Parts: sequence; structure tokens; C-alpha cells
Amino acid sequence: MSRRALPIFKNFISSGGGGGSTRSVTYMPRPGDGTPRPVTLIPGDGVGPLVTGAVEQVMEAMHAPVYFEKYDVHGDMKTVPPELIESIRKNKVCLKGGLKTPVGGGVSSLNVLLRKELDLYASLVHCFNLKGLPTRHQHVDIVVIRENTEGEYAGLEHEVVPGVVESLKVITKFCSERIAKYAFEYAYLNNRKKVTAVHKANIMKLADGLFLESCREIASKYPSIQYNEMIVDNCSMQLVSKPEQFDVMVTPNLYGNLVSNVAAGIAGGTGVMPGGNVGADHAIFEQGASAGNVGNEKLLEQKKANPVALLLSSAMMLRHLQFPSFADRLETAVKRVISEGKYRTKDLGGTSTTQEVVDAVIANLE
Amino acid sequence: MSRRTLPILRNLLSARFPTRSITYMPSPGDGSPRPVTLIPGDGVGPLVTDAVEQVMEAMHAPVYFEKYDVRGDMKNVPPEVLESIKKNKVCLKGGLRTPVGGGVSSLNMILRKELDLYASLVHCFNLPGLPTRHDNVDIVVIRENTEGEYAGLEHEVIPGVVESLKVITKFCSERIAKYAFEYAYLNNRKKVTAVHKANIMKLADGLFLESCREVASKYPSIQYNEMIVDNCSMQLVSKPEQFDVMVTPNLYGNLVANTAAGIAGGTGFMPGGNVGADHAIFEQGASAGNVGNDKLLVQKKANPVALLLSSAMMLRHLQFPSFADRLETAVKRVIEEGKYRTKDLGGNCTTQEVVDAILANLE
Repeated sequence: MSRRALPIFKNFISSGGGGGSTRSVTYMPRPGDGTPRPVTLIPGDGVGPLVTGAVEQVMEAMHAPVYFEKYDVHGDMKTVPPELIESIRKNKVCLKGGLKTPVGGGVSSLNVLLRKELDLYASLVHCFNLKGLPTRHQHVDIVVIRENTEGEYAGLEHEVVPGVVESLKVITKFCSERIAKYAFEYAYLNNRKKVTAVHKANIMKLADGLFLESCREIASKYPSIQYNEMIVDNCSMQLVSKPEQFDVMVTPNLYGNLVSNVAAGIAGGTGVMPGGNVGADHAIFEQGASAGNVGNEKLLEQKKANPVALLLSSAMMLRHLQFPSFADRLETAVKRVISEGKYRTKDLGGTSTTQEVVDAVIANLE
Repeated sequence: MSRRTLPILRNLLSARFPTRSITYMPSPGDGSPRPVTLIPGDGVGPLVTDAVEQVMEAMHAPVYFEKYDVRGDMKNVPPEVLESIKKNKVCLKGGLRTPVGGGVSSLNMILRKELDLYASLVHCFNLPGLPTRHDNVDIVVIRENTEGEYAGLEHEVIPGVVESLKVITKFCSERIAKYAFEYAYLNNRKKVTAVHKANIMKLADGLFLESCREVASKYPSIQYNEMIVDNCSMQLVSKPEQFDVMVTPNLYGNLVANTAAGIAGGTGFMPGGNVGADHAIFEQGASAGNVGNDKLLVQKKANPVALLLSSAMMLRHLQFPSFADRLETAVKRVIEEGKYRTKDLGGNCTTQEVVDAILANLE
């Protein structure tokens, strides 16, 4: 009898717990909800156009109710073209490949310029284990919400005297309050249990102290959500030893940059984690972490960039535009391709090209 | 060895796998509480709307209710109720009893006409744990809500002779067909079936079918077919798995929706609502005019599941998907366990016991 039970067992475990056919959720849309929505598309530099091309193909295959307005922007432009800002203001939603920021020199990062112009004050990265992707850390499901407009990356630097440069880190109550509000609102809306504030207030007592004060104030308004604080160095160590303790993390600008990249790395790599930047009126979706890294030339020539991060970000975008069923189909197809493991780009240990992965995703669409 | 594997297998089969939250980036301010108009109504209405209020409270859902006292025997809908719904855009309704005969119009109909809620939607599906004679039922009935046979245009020609007008217009048929196909498109449904009796009512139902065909040609990826209503009723009870989305005029829709609800488990379970261009009213999917008999009310044994699932639809409509998921998961778990069942399911529980079980199952 056991010899018969064992294959049933194996089948059951490999089918993921006896998952039956997925039933559509019960949803009553408003008339007109299916009208196509315009979305601004910025392919960008390096591998940017390759991965945004992937998203366009998948959207086409799904007949998703979105159409893209493409704009040609490169990281070495002096400033963001005004027609691009107009377009994003009109459409409210944008998808971005990646803009390379030149090191040094006097040119501001166009990524930062865009965020400032549109006041996209919250940057969100969702790092989680994908089934089939081998990692050293399990049970990772962390959302890093990072303040996007001030802090160390405000770009306020000046040379006092030749050989002496001052870089200002500015923390304001206004910005800290609104990022804390967004983090707790996110946790509330998505049934998350815990928010962790990351800081270095033992050293920067006034700056990070103000940030913590704002977080504590907002935390008192959400008694059902746990709140704790962690110093950033301890946090970095905890992330790589016990990542399952983290749920939602709210951080100022620089710590958030580092924490989100570490979290993306432990969960499978920056090539797979989705994310975006959101403000009161607009949202830009892009690869979650390391959005400034547009790949090297070899990757571009061989066309082996990983499109998964941008595909999952475009699924977030579809949810943001209130098209949950399309987002579900896209995510399911992507996850199936990853769990099968046949089509993997170089950063995941495989040798497939971007197009092969895209074809596999399209083949797996329901 | 087999004696050891069996309990492990059983354990695995009943194990709950942890659900990962979906990736979603809300706009700031999306969590601010939304006002919703609440109409408890007659009969068991107040009992089931109270169940919804308790569950919303327990979930800390970002909605608050503005209650209005409306009864089915009022002459007209109070203007402040209409004002409130026009302001809030969303309403939850228990049930309004329509008196049989007499000269009083149905308040349900008046509400739908005033707010131009032209589409009525009922989602009928099998719930695991609920015993039915039919499996693989997953049907959405989209019914035209404003004209057809229920327009209420009747007059007595001469004493003893009454004419009842059935009016079908291109305008209304087109917009209900558009809504049905848009629904199928947005929800990844594969097929839309138009239900009609155009072999007899050649002009009226013929116009309805024409409009459906026109809209169908704009959605080439969705299958479209037509079925005469008598055949459809028979097919529903013999092979319900062939149906996906159904679009119907007013009267056929009423009957088809109730049949579909019945085969899938009963009208006590199926969620639904009425939607127009600007407003939406959520209520029990089918038989919304049946507010239960007095004994049910006295013993407080009404089934709250239909209204709870409709309020989950309402939460999705208000863009609160995570709360809707929690509510639906808790309700489905309670039904699956099968310990708390009201009278229409063969059990003996009161409404409050079911609500307590759901509250205990909320994550």
C-alpha cells in the first residue's frame, strides 16, 4: 500500500499543494473600466530598450488595455525634456527602462530630476523568494519603502575652499511624516503586520531623530500594526542572517538605497525584484533595485538582459491602473517560467537571451 | 508503512499553504476611509446588514456606513437616500420587500431607475464544502435592469383587459452588451452567451441580439453564442459547465440568475450587485426581493453569506483588494468546515453564530 501512496505523495507535493483551477475573483467593474489607458514609456539607456521591448511584447500578447507613448531620453542629457514631463503629468503613470547616471561631472542624475519634478516621494521595492529560484535565504518577503526626495541624495554639495567639499543631508518633518504615512498606509492596505524604521539616530541624533519621531507619531495611529526601530548597521546584518523577521521597512534615502539592494540580493537578485516610485499624483514603475545600473556592453550585445524585474513591475502597474486580472495573468506566467527553470538569463545561472524568456512567458499566458 | 502515510497524506490535504501578498503599489491617500450608504431594509435585511457591519469593524476596513431607514411599503424613495448615494457612489442594501399587486411601484426598481443602474450582475459558483447536485459551476449573469418586461408600463384598456408593454431599445441593449463584453475582457472570461426568445419575439429580442452581435465583433478573442431561453434553462440544469458569462434582457435574466444561483448552492450564497455609469448598489445576488418569512426573522437564522460576499465585491469596487481577499477567505473557510450552517443549508445555526465563526477565521 505504501508503494502506491508514495507516487501520489510525490505528485501532490510537486503540484504545489493540490492547487485546483484558479477561480476568477468576484469583481464588478464600472462601465468604461476597460477603455485603454495611455502610459508613458521611457526605454532609456543600455539594456533599457531591450527590457521595455519585452514588456511591450507581453502587453500586446495579453491584449492589455494599455498603450504606450514612447519618449527617447538618455542619461547624459542635461535635463529632462519638457514634453516628457507633460506626458507623465497627463497620463499619471510611466514605465521606465533605466537611465544611466554619469559618475562625477556636473550633470545631475536624470532619475533624481524626474522624481523631484513629479514629487515622487516614495520608492517601493518588493523583495520576495520566487519558487524555483535558488537562494541562500528562505522566507523572504520584504517591502522597502524609501524616502526619495531629501536626505543624503538631495544633491546639495558645494566646495567650501579648494580641497574641502560639504555635502548637506537635509531631513524635514514634512517629508519624514509623509513617507511614514505612506509606509503605514501600505501595511494597512496590504494586510502587513509589521513596520520597521531603519535609522542611525545614535550618531545623527537630530536628523535621524526627527525621522524617528515622525515614524513614532504615525505608528501611534495604527495600533494594529507592530512597529519597531533598528539601527542600520545591525539591520544590514540581520537582513543577511534572519531575513524572515522583516515585513515592511521604512527608511530615509541612503539607508533605503542600500537596504533595498541587500534585500533584493538575498531574495534572488536585482534582476527579478519589482518596484516603483509613487507620489500624490503620479507613479513611475521600474526595476526595483539598482535602477541606475543599465548593464554592461557585453550584456547588451548578446541581448541577455533579465526582463523579469520590469515584467513584474509592469504587473504592479496594471494593478495600479485597476486591471487586476491582467496583472494576475502576467505574474502567474512569469512565475511559472521561473519555477520551471528552463529559460534563465545569465544573472540567474542560465544562458538564455531576453527574447527566449519573453517567448516562454507569452507561451505560458492563460 | 501505509498506516503511517495515510495520516500524513490527510494532514497535507488539509494543510493551509501560506498565501503571499500580491505586489501592489497604492497611491498615497488610498487608505482613507470611504463612506458607503447602507440600507438595512425589511425582514431579515437589518439582520444581515448588521452581520456585514460587524465584520467590517473587525477587519478595520476603511469604510464607514451612513444608514438610512427605508421600507418596501413606502410610496417613494426618500430624497435624502438618493442624495447620499449620489454623493457616496456606492451603496449596500439588505432587501426591500415589494408588495404584490396594488399600485405601489417596487422601491428596488425605483432606485435602479433613478440612479440608472442598468446592469445587474450575479456571480454563481460552487463553494467547496457546500453540497450541490452540480459541479464546475462558475457563471456570471449580466442582466439588463431598466427596460424590457419589468418597465412597469401597464394599463387597463377596458375593464378586464390589461396590456403590459415590453420595451426593448437599441440604446439599452447596446450598453448592456458592452458591459457584458467589457466584464469578460477585464476578468479573463472566455465566452459570452446571449439568452433570448427571438424566434417568437422577432423584433424585440431580435434587436437585443443585433446589439449583442455588433459588440461581439469588437471582441474577437471572446467566444460568443446565442441560446434560446427555454433551451438555456434546460442546459443550465443539465450541463452548467458550458456557461461562462451570460447577457440577458430583464425577465430572462431574473429567471436565469435565480436558476444559476439555485444550482450553485442557493440564493443565500451568491453575491451580486447593480451598477451604472456612476453608481453601484451591492446586495444579495438573486431573489433580492425575498426578505425571508417571519419565523426566520424571529429565530434570527437568516444566511448572511450572500451579503458578506457582496460586500467583498464592494471592497474590490472601492479598490481595497486585500480586505476583500481576507473577507472572502474567511467566509470560504467557514463554509468549507461546515460546522456553522443556517437553515437553508440544512443546519441549525443562527446568523450571529455564522458571523462569529467568520470573525474567528479572519487573518
